[in-house]
Amino acid sequence: MDETWLDGNELAGAMRELFAVDVTMARGQCASCGRTGMLAETRVYAMAPGLVVRCIDCEEVLLRFVRGPDRAWLDMRGVGYLEFGLPAEPVPTVGP
Amino acid sequence: MQPSRLAWRVTTVKAVRPETLIASTLVLDVADWPGHLAGQHVDVRLTAADGYTAQRSYSIASAPDTSTIELTVQRVPDGEVSAYLVDEARPGDQFELRGPIGGYFAWRPVSTRPLLLLAGGSGIVPLMAMIRTRAASGNAAPVRLVYSVRAPDLVIYAEELRRVAGNDGVEVSYVYTRSVPEGWDEPPGRLDASRLARAAWPPSAEPDCYVCGPTGFVEAAADLLVAAGHQPERIRTERFGPSGG
Repeated sequence: MDETWLDGNELAGAMRELFAVDVTMARGQCASCGRTGMLAETRVYAMAPGLVVRCIDCEEVLLRFVRGPDRAWLDMRGVGYLEFGLPAEPVPTVGP
Repeated sequence: MQPSRLAWRVTTVKAVRPETLIASTLVLDVADWPGHLAGQHVDVRLTAADGYTAQRSYSIASAPDTSTIELTVQRVPDGEVSAYLVDEARPGDQFELRGPIGGYFAWRPVSTRPLLLLAGGSGIVPLMAMIRTRAASGNAAPVRLVYSVRAPDLVIYAEELRRVAGNDGVEVSYVYTRSVPEGWDEPPGRLDASRLARAAWPPSAEPDCYVCGPTGFVEAAADLLVAAGHQPERIRTERFGPSGG
């Protein structure tokens, strides 16, 4: 692998078509080597018509994303889980 | 505001301002813009008459505003999108835009930590958004900007940086890699450990570091920061690709 990769920020726009939150800030675990980190800290290879996301340590594939005219495929088998930070829910003041 | 998926929207060019011989700022009309964080970017999509589309990402250059945003684009060799945006776009032109995107490489003006900004070439754009947002919000976090550029005539925002430098807690240093201004007291060369030590915050200041530019610059600069003792968790990077974005 060489300099033709971009960092995980490259994923952000494509993923915002699918997710209501910024996926690049989610933390995940590489299913191959166990490294954890934010999706922003990965290597993204633009391989038309999609993107391949690789672990910055072991280079194994974390995600594949392909966008067609009327559908998108997201292959996430290389990521064990994704942990999203969400705004804390305000305590509701309804009640008797 | 409830988060929702992002859709493409049509934007109209309001004005185009040349910055250097190869870079221009486009002022874009964006009705109902939700606001953005300094460091975020937009995706731009151009569609030709034959349906051919080309899409690129560009960092937002302006501080948040509700009705316009500014993008500064530098022409890349053989760049089909940048050539249009820098040389041909005119007020009234329209194209598609999607954003704001990216929470990782973003600076929030509630932060009080010292800010260390390392820019390579057009990597100055999102970092300038940080400087502008800081000024607009009255944030007092001290800033050191180290701007690496090939030659003095390629400095983007030269006039604004001259005004801002040395005022209100912002210090600006330049690293000229191919040719230096007249009277410059050192030969051209890349950012290295000693230039960084002179221009940047020391690790003891525990600054938040943002590094942006071509891949080669970002790799080298981030390595220098770590070697100097900055914590990797406080270093955020955005690579524009080999040609500099």
